[in-house]
Amino acid sequence: MAAPPKQTTILDARAFDRTLRRMADEIVELNNGTEGLVIVGIQRRGVQLAARIVSSIAEREKIEVPQGALDITLYRDDLQTVGPRPVVGQTRIPVDIDGHHVVIVDDVLYTGRTIRAALDELADFGRPRRIALAVLIDRGGRELPIQPDIVGKRISAEATQRVDVMVEDIDGRDAAVIAEREAVT
Amino acid sequence: MTPSLGKDLLGLERLSGDQIKLILDTAEPFKEISERAIKKVPTLRGATIVNLFFEASTRTRVSFEFAEKRLSADTVNVAASGSSVSKGETLVDTARNLEAMRIDMVVIRHGASGAAQFLADRIESNVINAGDGTHEHPTQGLLDLLTLRDHFGRLDGIKVCIVGDVMHSRVARSNIWGLTKMGAQVGVCGPRSLLPNAIDEMGVTVFNRVEEAIEWADALNILRLQLERMTAGYIPSLREYNRVFGVSRERLERAHRDVLILHPGPMNRGVEIDSDVADGPFSVILEQVTNGVAVRMAVLYLLSGGKPELAESAKRGGGER
Repeated sequence: MAAPPKQTTILDARAFDRTLRRMADEIVELNNGTEGLVIVGIQRRGVQLAARIVSSIAEREKIEVPQGALDITLYRDDLQTVGPRPVVGQTRIPVDIDGHHVVIVDDVLYTGRTIRAALDELADFGRPRRIALAVLIDRGGRELPIQPDIVGKRISAEATQRVDVMVEDIDGRDAAVIAEREAVT
Repeated sequence: MTPSLGKDLLGLERLSGDQIKLILDTAEPFKEISERAIKKVPTLRGATIVNLFFEASTRTRVSFEFAEKRLSADTVNVAASGSSVSKGETLVDTARNLEAMRIDMVVIRHGASGAAQFLADRIESNVINAGDGTHEHPTQGLLDLLTLRDHFGRLDGIKVCIVGDVMHSRVARSNIWGLTKMGAQVGVCGPRSLLPNAIDEMGVTVFNRVEEAIEWADALNILRLQLERMTAGYIPSLREYNRVFGVSRERLERAHRDVLILHPGPMNRGVEIDSDVADGPFSVILEQVTNGVAVRMAVLYLLSGGKPELAESAKRGGGER
């Protein structure tokens, strides 16, 4: 480990939790209830966030909505140019999504390319009634015409900066931070 | 740093334990793709793969073809009979001609040991060995490893006995090398005439009686007995072989615990394996076939790697941050 990188916290643990709860409420509101709702997280941290949203909905609505996981690696548009093959994670869509309202959950929305891949992948599983997008951080910088329906926090980050979301289950703490790219190893 | 496989997959002897683990771990998420309504991902779109089969094969060729198609590659099958190979063209000329048509990968099965290596040294495309002579059949070895790992949750420390014609079996060699690298204990059992002379140097336990092998093993990998071995004088008769080395239900029931049953196919029922074992509760023979597609998808995906000089730019754009 080199010198500690210069980081600015966007969300601390408490704000993180509060934001996810609000997003869960907004998802239920957008869907007019929990009927037909499916929450799908994008590997890896989107899956953790999706699980938190599902349990938050369960607390309030007393109902467990189906949740899935999507790994978009095999649908990336830059596979022809990347070097060693990226690690492929598990995809798990537990219900037939035909006619359902699928909410994609991811940690950071940046270029929009991940979401493009996710939309293509979901189409191979069926034809949902609607697909919505919920992200914890929208950092701007889109390269495709993709916009989120539900946003935890919107910031405007420079291309030289990176936004990292950390979750308890993987990183040992909940936080969202922004740092200069060079400073992060 | 994740390990990479390099340009070709020629055998398990030269892979490291980390590389084998990478393939098995990568195969895991690929299983799910074959369960989807639309069994296809766009990963190898635009890649052209030639399946060059100089020996008859149904299972392996079909398995590779499914793996290629489910990754969206374009595939061409070339069989030795009915091609220019039967007109006397050399292996290298065949491959160079194919390469001149801008292909990306070759899957080769050939009767000569070392054919895949020979080809890999001479063409730019990725080469995958789908069985070369009595040398190796790496994707079969890998799918056996994956099936075993699925059932035992690990490979380290498990005991696997390979039963039958080990000498002529490329499946046996790939299994022995793959399993020992992953920390499994390997036994072999068969008529002395069908065990290689150098078997003692391969780090395996030799069993002369199949009963002892069953008593020792957590899993048996039962090899197909090539019927031509009898005419060649390696064994007295198929009936005698079945009586001495055949895996029957009675023999399995005498063991004190459950023994998992694998077979690479095609089976000679009533020779090396009895029907009630092949179809019995401990048989994972069809799971092996299912896993074969996932393992081959994983190998194709891992070998299809892009160009190293582009890796740097990809790091910047890879993933949303």
